[in-house]
Amino acid sequence: MNLGKVFSEVSPLLFKGVQVTLEVTILSLLIAFMLGLVLSLMGLSKTPLRWISKIYVGIIRGTPLMVQVFYLYFAIPQLLQFLGFDVRFTSFTAGLITLTLNASAYMSEIFRGAILAVNSGQMEAARSLGLSRGQAMRKVILPQAMRICLPSLVNQFIITLKDSSIISVIGFADIMYQAKIYVGRSMQAFATYTWVAIFYLVVITILTQIAKIVERKVQI
Amino acid sequence: MTAQIKVDNLHKYFGKLEVLKGINIEIFKGEVVCVIGPSGSGKSTFLRCLNRLEEPTEGDISVDGKIITNKDANINKIRTNIGMVFQQFNLFPHLSVKKNIMMAPLELKLKTTEQAENKALELLKRVGLLDKADVMPRQLSGGQQQRVAIARALAMEPAIMLFDEPTSALDPEMVGEVLSVMKELASMGMTMVVVTHEMGFAKDAADRVLFMDEGIIMEEAPPSEMFTNPKNPRTIEFLNKVLSA
Repeated sequence: MNLGKVFSEVSPLLFKGVQVTLEVTILSLLIAFMLGLVLSLMGLSKTPLRWISKIYVGIIRGTPLMVQVFYLYFAIPQLLQFLGFDVRFTSFTAGLITLTLNASAYMSEIFRGAILAVNSGQMEAARSLGLSRGQAMRKVILPQAMRICLPSLVNQFIITLKDSSIISVIGFADIMYQAKIYVGRSMQAFATYTWVAIFYLVVITILTQIAKIVERKVQI
Repeated sequence: MTAQIKVDNLHKYFGKLEVLKGINIEIFKGEVVCVIGPSGSGKSTFLRCLNRLEEPTEGDISVDGKIITNKDANINKIRTNIGMVFQQFNLFPHLSVKKNIMMAPLELKLKTTEQAENKALELLKRVGLLDKADVMPRQLSGGQQQRVAIARALAMEPAIMLFDEPTSALDPEMVGEVLSVMKELASMGMTMVVVTHEMGFAKDAADRVLFMDEGIIMEEAPPSEMFTNPKNPRTIEFLNKVLSA
């Protein structure tokens, strides 16, 4: 159990892994942000669209992330092959899609809650000035809702970052994947996973601090 | 003279509860109409039907001869001509005072940024808050916020202004500053419908006072008559209560 030796050997691998982890996390969150916003607005509309949103959120929340990854990586390509399409996802694509689907479902609920938390008088005031529902949403409700849900969004960011470690099961070369390979080679489980935990802890602490500063800046 | 606002047999239900039970009224251009009555009498609901923040269940409302209660009426366009001031001010907390006033004219592309800004400053000067142009609403007192809310509504250059208990959420010492802005507006010929508990304002500024109770207009009269010689027993009872307080 040589922490120092393991650190010098494993840290280049983990740095490589961090890069991939951040890449897939940030990319999926950016897409999930838009998708989640659309889903939340669909969920709040009085049209049948809201059922699509509710069913989507229900399915994603009701199934484990691990199952979703396997489903996308192994099950869907087989189905497509059966239908005559030769489509295969790389582990990055499959991981990205899974994390995006997941985060978007949770974010849509975060947005929905935040939009509902904005005082109803705000919508009335905007509508009384002649703004359409959409204009009022964009100029008055959403800017306030975003400030309300910022802490929850940061939380979702951290959850997604941590969830991304699960997609190492399909060979996605993130921190966790690099660590598993190294442990297999060196048998240094304790030292390696201690460093992995510290890596995550440092990255997440830095991001949380940045988020706190942003939060203070945009307070109303 | 034709009416600027004409309300014809207006009914409003909330579920099974009938809140408005057939309102008929004509309001003329430049007229200041105060609506008084006990709480739960339907005054606010009546006011909110006038710009369709509440959808009437039955009956017609027309503004400048156009029926606004039709399903195909462009309600957003109609609302640009009807300003509204709320009990809770409802300023947009994420925008500065000036931006609160500029937002709607800009978003609806009625003014350029420069025109909207000039108008905002002109209105702030009128309500005595020019020095607050760049502060955020939360830094203002209630009375100041309500004056900004009036300026925000006026920025659309409406022909009609609706006031929904504009001073009810204010500390007593701030009521006067808001009422004086409203009085000035009334003297400039704005058509105003004001739901209020301020009998003093109704006496001084109203051309006509409506007494509402149980979802109908029980009595209407000029303030001089309403406050000295009310006819309806319910009006007498109500005025006795509020004027002796």
